[in-house]
Amino acid sequence: MGRGTDSYRAFFILTKAHMTLKTTPLNAAHRAMGAKMVDFGGWDMPVNYGSQIDEHHQVRNDCGMFDVCHMRVVDAKGDGVRAFLCYLLANNADKLHMPGRALYSAMLRPDGHVIDDLIIYFMTEQWFRIVVNAGTADKDIAWMKEQAAKVAPQLTITSRDDLAMVAIQGPNARAKVWQVVPQTQAATEGLKNFQAADCGEYYVARTGYTGEDGFEVMLPKENVEAFWYALNKAGVKPIGLGARDTLRLEAGMNLYGQDMDESVGPLESGLAWTVDLQSERDFIGKAALLANPPSSKLVGLVLLDRGVLRGHQKVQTLHGEGEITSGSFSPTLEKSIALARVPNGVAVGDTVQVEIRDKLLNAKVVKYPFARNGKGLINLS
Amino acid sequence: MSNPSNLKYTASHEWVRSEADGTITVGITQHAQELLGDMVFVEAPTAGRKLKAKEECAVVESVKAAADVYAPVSGEVIAANGDLDGSPENINSDPYGAWIFKMKPDNAADVAALLDAAGYQAVVDSEAH
Repeated sequence: MGRGTDSYRAFFILTKAHMTLKTTPLNAAHRAMGAKMVDFGGWDMPVNYGSQIDEHHQVRNDCGMFDVCHMRVVDAKGDGVRAFLCYLLANNADKLHMPGRALYSAMLRPDGHVIDDLIIYFMTEQWFRIVVNAGTADKDIAWMKEQAAKVAPQLTITSRDDLAMVAIQGPNARAKVWQVVPQTQAATEGLKNFQAADCGEYYVARTGYTGEDGFEVMLPKENVEAFWYALNKAGVKPIGLGARDTLRLEAGMNLYGQDMDESVGPLESGLAWTVDLQSERDFIGKAALLANPPSSKLVGLVLLDRGVLRGHQKVQTLHGEGEITSGSFSPTLEKSIALARVPNGVAVGDTVQVEIRDKLLNAKVVKYPFARNGKGLINLS
Repeated sequence: MSNPSNLKYTASHEWVRSEADGTITVGITQHAQELLGDMVFVEAPTAGRKLKAKEECAVVESVKAAADVYAPVSGEVIAANGDLDGSPENINSDPYGAWIFKMKPDNAADVAALLDAAGYQAVVDSEAH
């Protein structure tokens, strides 16, 4: 048996280099719970605790918890922080009127390419919280500080390395959190999607990366291990990065570094819904987006033949060549699915061909998400 | 699970069972299935295909990754395990039962020269450190 793909190769790199990896405060807990650990962008993280497919179903049908301590919480504070974010981000921070409201946005370079995707939370008129990806955190913070120095030097931008984050996801996730930390229930049971509540030690957001209901909870680092074990005692199973990837892919959520990066813009990445080109507001990258209408777009694929779609496989269409950005096996649909960047002319319902090793396999172009809230959303007939 | 002592092994994580009629049965080891995780697709070679030792001849894909399977010795494929088309997860639950293909080796001596269980364990241990 040999190393067929990059992701497989990663298994090996990891086992040799783990001494130098960064760890979260839950590292010992993962090992105690039987996790298989892998190198995830320099972090020693659990890929699964047994079966990745079982963990996937666990979240779709009940609930599970994810260590997302490697993601970075950044606080931006000071007079004019809202105006600064309106300039910094492609989505419009002015949509947030009430404390606790959250917004997903891309952060763009002047050429319109994607530095990162992130979520901002409106805390007060002087304070917005930003949660960014692990692998891009240092780059993101440097970029934010550089821009602030130019247009809003009064702001402070602080990496909250004292905070940890756990995601609890699935139809029963909220009830389990309330069972473990009942003091958060009153403030959080009225939250809608993309709303959050400050519950003292816990900052609880009704957000996630799985296509299921649930919370993402920020709390002091020194308390996260006890929180994790308390959730587990209440019946919440730990879920690894393997299932996190298939859950987010089924939910049609982009992964930075795979579905978009600094070589493409948000309009080619399925993120047009997060980019505000209508209002008068100027933001970094806007002029470039207006000047360069996209010639490609992100679509969903479902493999019709036998095999597994993977990132970087070439896609042949009547309108030219495309490429898979993320591909895997969908445990909910029991078929292989993918996100692919293809020429604009490709339409939902088309059959395209994917190059897998030496073969061309047929795949159907579909509208994604593929699955959410426990249910598959694709009907091929 | 330890590596069964009645089997031979390759450094590329295939196991090989010698049958009474001189043919061999090939699968991937417990260690290999554990590395790959939940198996979702197996592409086995077709009967009649001539293989050289160490030639890529099958693919196993888990949710996580694809991996090539190599011919342990030179010879001809005589059968593929069709059960794996519908139940690739059998490799996870029973790696030494869920064979992938059978071969008729060109030389029986090639099979005898493969790693024994202890030799294979040494390979696994060296990859882990």
